[in-house]
Amino acid sequence: MDPGLFLSALTLQAGWNAAIVALGAAALGAGGGVVGVFTLLRKRALMSDAISHATLPGVALAFILHAVLGGEGRSLPVMLIGAAASAALGVLAVQWIARRTRLYEDAAIGTVLSTFFALGVVLLSVIQQMDASGQAGVASILIGSTAGLLFNDALLIAIGALVISAAALLLAKEFIASAFDSEFAQVSGLPVARLDLLLLVLVTAVVVVGLQTVGLVLIIALTIIPPAAARLWTDRALAMVPIAAAIGGIGAYTGAALSASGPNLPTGSLVVLCLFALFVLSVLFAPARGVIASLRRQWVFQTRVHERQGLLALARREPIFDWRTRSLLQRRGFLRADGSATRAGIVAAAQMTQDQALWNRFRDLYPDEAFSLPDWSLRPIGDVLPEDMVRRLRRDLTGVAASGGGATLPGARS
Amino acid sequence: MTPQDTLSLQEFLQIDFPSILLAALAGVTCALLGNFLILRRQALIGDAISHVVLPGIVVGFLLTGSTDSLPMFLGALAAAVIAVLAIEGINRLSGVGREAAMGVVFTAMFAAGVLLLEQSGAGAVHLDVEHALLGNLESALWLEADGAASLLDPQALAALPDAAGRLAVVLGIVGLFVGLLWKELRMVSFDPGFANNLGVPAWALGFGLSVMTAIAAVAAFEAVGSILVIAMFICPAATARLLTDRLSVQIWISVAVALLAAVAGYLLAAFGLASFGLNADLSAAGMVALTAGLAQAAAMIVKRRRLGSA
Repeated sequence: MDPGLFLSALTLQAGWNAAIVALGAAALGAGGGVVGVFTLLRKRALMSDAISHATLPGVALAFILHAVLGGEGRSLPVMLIGAAASAALGVLAVQWIARRTRLYEDAAIGTVLSTFFALGVVLLSVIQQMDASGQAGVASILIGSTAGLLFNDALLIAIGALVISAAALLLAKEFIASAFDSEFAQVSGLPVARLDLLLLVLVTAVVVVGLQTVGLVLIIALTIIPPAAARLWTDRALAMVPIAAAIGGIGAYTGAALSASGPNLPTGSLVVLCLFALFVLSVLFAPARGVIASLRRQWVFQTRVHERQGLLALARREPIFDWRTRSLLQRRGFLRADGSATRAGIVAAAQMTQDQALWNRFRDLYPDEAFSLPDWSLRPIGDVLPEDMVRRLRRDLTGVAASGGGATLPGARS
Repeated sequence: MTPQDTLSLQEFLQIDFPSILLAALAGVTCALLGNFLILRRQALIGDAISHVVLPGIVVGFLLTGSTDSLPMFLGALAAAVIAVLAIEGINRLSGVGREAAMGVVFTAMFAAGVLLLEQSGAGAVHLDVEHALLGNLESALWLEADGAASLLDPQALAALPDAAGRLAVVLGIVGLFVGLLWKELRMVSFDPGFANNLGVPAWALGFGLSVMTAIAAVAAFEAVGSILVIAMFICPAATARLLTDRLSVQIWISVAVALLAAVAGYLLAAFGLASFGLNADLSAAGMVALTAGLAQAAAMIVKRRRLGSA
């Protein structure tokens, strides 16, 4: 790889063709990401695997027909039409198998994937023995290649990808509604069946348009990796759409630029590896579900428990043996090295005991609420519950102490 | 391919028999496991594993520099295990579901394999992506064969392709696995909750099944290519599933379909066009897979449900 070439490809200075290819890849990545969000939410992530493998016989047949009818070499538009036709047949076959036989949808996908691909492989072996030019171009759709792509072809791919992105974005709300609760969506007047069909059409379009750039084995990464990564950044479905589009667009653009920066750098592989790198970054750093964020939350949780239990032990004048609790209390200045409490420690321990008594009272009075409260007995009660509730608990607690037990609040359990 | 009229038994044994044998061994091995994968809704795991072994094979080749199959076999097995663990890990960490986790892992690993292959120049030596995907069943030869007696001659049999021996061993292991754990596997595949209540460790059996699947996929992949592996995990077992309600019968039907596809598919590929007077070979791996798919299509049409019935 040549860093200079990479930079110039990244800044679209590496010639018209490379620029169009990179922009086309970016649009394709964004479109794949958006469409993928809906298929992921609809739990049909691997449908694109069947669709992509089902394109091969169509591509091969289109090539053979084109050559037999006297066409010169390999024509991208003809091959893409063939791809779309056989992919559509594949979709229909998956749906027929899942509906009309006892096989589950994953077996239906596997059946269509392997049988269509096998037919394509047989047709490829026919092509290899034909006397036609451009044979290598047919096999290049297996793992994708943008080397030697004609300008018009690159433009066709870029425009197709833009149209798909736009269509997917326009219908984002409707797709999400039907993905989440298809019955509710149906009742509220959305044409769910038609939306499902349209979604499959869009997936097929992503696959067909991306065939030349990414290749049919890897194309499903465009509709799976970006939404899976976006899922880590947010719990809101609508927010997943722009995040997946950004991840898909950036990953595919960088991958295409990288592949233009030297020899033997297959475009499809680099696009997928760039997407995967973004996925790994998301797994590590995403604030919603990332590993580091979860570890941090876990650390904060443990610290709170250690501090609270340590202070409660101090108040009960019990010795503290746990290493982490001791060092934590010492760092806060609550505990001396010999294990005795400081003045500040005594005060904090008394406050904590009071806080715990309030929490316990809250649990006794409202067990269900306490159970469903994630912060119960973790943070100071005044930070979690409204002021009037705390005041009520405090009054109740002194009342209990004075009367020697028994609840005084209406509706309270004894 | 030689025209049919000059085909002698010796030529058949030398050229065609080893390919049929490889296809049959690989097919039966995958079909046995496929029965359980289909019941457990894991039909696509074979697809994923046969893709992730590519980087393992390339790394095995690069580390040892030999095209000997053992290092490649070990590399592939390591890759398959890494993939199974990565799928589980991503599924747990991200909560996107096992399907999507599978898609993430197998595309990333396959992409890495292709890149390694192109960058290292290993493609020029021996390996190439097309070969890995499409298989090269036809290249298996048994030159020591000189007649029917060779089939019983240990010395001549030893000269069969290495892959045949490995596949036979793997088939034996898979057969033992299914035979010895038959009751448990059946229970876990149909009703994991019930199995758990009876103290059958569903988790351990599921993991064992995954490991068996990985071993079978790797052994079959290097001999016959990924397309045949994927097809054989699904089509014979799915065909059998459509035709019977009894698991034991289903297993035997799936084995029969795999054998039939291996023999008929290969013969169609080698001689199908010749009988039309054309002198051309078709991809044997593709044709065997296609035959299995057609067998399933026939079963689906016969056993389809009436519209409206659940």
